Amino acid sequence: MTTDPTTYLMRGVRPLGGEPADVVVSDGVIAALGAPGTLENPAGDVVEIEAAGHVLLPGLVDLHTHLREPGREDAETVASGTRAAAAGGFTAVHAMANTSPVADTAGVVEQVWRLGRDAGFVDVHPVGAVTVGLAGERLAELGAMARSAARVRVFSDDGKCVHDPILMRRALEYVKAFDGVVAQHAQEPRLTEGAQMNEGVVSGEIGLAGWPAVAEEAIIARDVLLAEHVGSRLHVCHLSTAGSVEIVRWAKSRGIDVTAEVTPHHLVLTDELARTYDPTYKVNPPLRTAKDVEAVREGLADGTIDIVATDHAPHTREDKDCEWGAAAFGMTGLETALSVVQQTMVDTGRLTWADVARVLSVNPARIGRIDAAHGRPLAVGEPANLTLVDPSATRVVDGAAQVTASGNTPFAGRELPGRVVATFLRGRATVLDGAVVEAAEVAAR
Amino acid sequence: MKHLLSTTDLSKDDALLLLDTAAQMAATQSREIKKLPTLRGRTVVNLFFEDSTRTRISFETAAKRLSADVINFSAKGSSVSKGESLKDTALTLHAMGADAVVVRHWASGAPYQLAHAGWLDAAVLNAGDGTHQHPTQALLDAFTIRRHLVGRRGGGDPDGVGADLAGLRVAIVGDVLHSRVARSNVALLRTLGADVTLVSPPTLVPVGVETWPCRTSYDLDATLADWQPDAVMMLRVQRERMSGGTGGAFFPSPLEYTRYYGLDARRLGLLPDHTIVMHPGPMNRGLEISAEAADSDRAVIVEQVANGVAVRMAALYLLLAGDHSAEGNDL
Repeated sequence: MTTDPTTYLMRGVRPLGGEPADVVVSDGVIAALGAPGTLENPAGDVVEIEAAGHVLLPGLVDLHTHLREPGREDAETVASGTRAAAAGGFTAVHAMANTSPVADTAGVVEQVWRLGRDAGFVDVHPVGAVTVGLAGERLAELGAMARSAARVRVFSDDGKCVHDPILMRRALEYVKAFDGVVAQHAQEPRLTEGAQMNEGVVSGEIGLAGWPAVAEEAIIARDVLLAEHVGSRLHVCHLSTAGSVEIVRWAKSRGIDVTAEVTPHHLVLTDELARTYDPTYKVNPPLRTAKDVEAVREGLADGTIDIVATDHAPHTREDKDCEWGAAAFGMTGLETALSVVQQTMVDTGRLTWADVARVLSVNPARIGRIDAAHGRPLAVGEPANLTLVDPSATRVVDGAAQVTASGNTPFAGRELPGRVVATFLRGRATVLDGAVVEAAEVAAR
Repeated sequence: MKHLLSTTDLSKDDALLLLDTAAQMAATQSREIKKLPTLRGRTVVNLFFEDSTRTRISFETAAKRLSADVINFSAKGSSVSKGESLKDTALTLHAMGADAVVVRHWASGAPYQLAHAGWLDAAVLNAGDGTHQHPTQALLDAFTIRRHLVGRRGGGDPDGVGADLAGLRVAIVGDVLHSRVARSNVALLRTLGADVTLVSPPTLVPVGVETWPCRTSYDLDATLADWQPDAVMMLRVQRERMSGGTGGAFFPSPLEYTRYYGLDARRLGLLPDHTIVMHPGPMNRGLEISAEAADSDRAVIVEQVANGVAVRMAALYLLLAGDHSAEGNDL
């Protein structure tokens, strides 16, 4: 992996949005941190970053990314997806298992892990499939993936639900041997056959087959009870309904070891957008109602929902430039996630920047068991996995201008607040001045 | 009006203009020479992604009676995975200079996409999209209702030209959930002032129907006997809906469906004398409608088909002849 011999001195940053400080990054760690003007000038090759008013966060961690490689390199590769992640302020991503071939063996997860290491923009932690081929019939070799070089801790059939209750129970139990977690894509398959969008007033009017909230809530309710019964931890992917928030809140009040995530798009967009029949807005789970949006914001604010995860789902143009019914589910998210969280939660006063660090870095790192390297405190000696954000900047999102290989963003044309100015992975700048820094540039220094 | 995509887009004036123009068109169809020169030199493409011989023939007849050149483009099964994309098809039609595209598609919203994606600049007529809309069907239904229940009874214009449907009661019976005919009719009938009751087993009404501008009932007998509708519109039920397969099991058996929601001679007897019976076709005789009901004097089902040509002529004329429509000179 490329190392960066440069020392960085950031002046006037606000760690976690707090009081201004100067921060020195050197040799892969936070080398010094103190009140502005109080630090000794570091020796050697120093890059100074004037960062007055910028917020310094621990590097963001995404628990839910689709990098598409191997198999759909026409939509995204590990290289392009991790560049996009760095541009969005991430230093670690969990790559979902629904590739082709499926990441259901030690061989495939090691391949993805190596591709990530070679690209060098973020730490790539492969997610292992729960069942062979995501088919929901028999367990994949979870132990082999856990003990591979990729050290898999998160297992998910994401894209599909582990709907068979006995298989889900076994998976929850089995991963305890290596402190793993099952991340469930909660979707009762029979209730959602042919489903195209949220089932409600809009689906009834515009004639698209409905994906009812109960299909998500029923699985979450079952799974929290299973997790309680067998004493396992459970992670709920992309929770999207008010009822799901209520169920998770109830489960936590009972002491059940459950964590939950919400996507940026479910924090802001609603099913009214389906009226355009623009498949950019087709996603699974579907965009819900304004009432659900308010409930997930409230759940994120009160800690019922532990993390924001992107569910970054790149697709080729042809998979979106077609009829709604023929289009693929999913939207990109890595480069807009932090801005959406700022807009919906910080600028509205519902989360502080310290809370943002919690939901976008500390908690996802802990759930994925990568918290030795990521989601760390901003303190001297800690690994320099950092994100520097200018919260006062604004930009209009342009799908074609994204770093990801795909342009399917539902935020195209919208003005979003905040800009990632710099990202550091173990002291190496992967983003500087808002632009991705290629590994070759660092090596050439 | 640039496109005809959904009856929800139609104002009352738009709807009445379409119906009144259809009446003029219908009048020309009793002449010995039925063909009008109106759309000579214009090209109408029937783009059908789903089989529907009836609707295609109706549009084809309408276009030909207006002297348009008609191209039939059957693209059944077309989708990204199966063949040419909707976008490429649209670009092809654009390159060929189509003036109007009549589109039938299995995907709800496909006509909307054709009209708005910038792929072609022809007028788009929705000839039925998925479970969304079928506006010309609703227009021909309204035209038929007006002729029978306003025109012939009112003593004014025999076709009811200029009149709306205020105060009339229409019961729409059957599989509302999957019906583009029902969605189109609820919106248009409401715009024209009629009252609508949807009658359906609870499994076959969409979630959110309480926000629609109509009432709903699960009881056909009560609706017919107590509400006394002026028109009863039976919807086609697909037999596969009863099976337990993909999303199926909407009702236990065809026999049970017929028992509670089929229109038969006994139920006809509950209706006022003037009430008409309608069906968009094709009928499942013995399932949603009995032979006695389908063949009774009240049934206007065959007339609906004839009116379909007039309504589609009106739609093509108004979309393609554009601003000249008010003059109506070449009628």
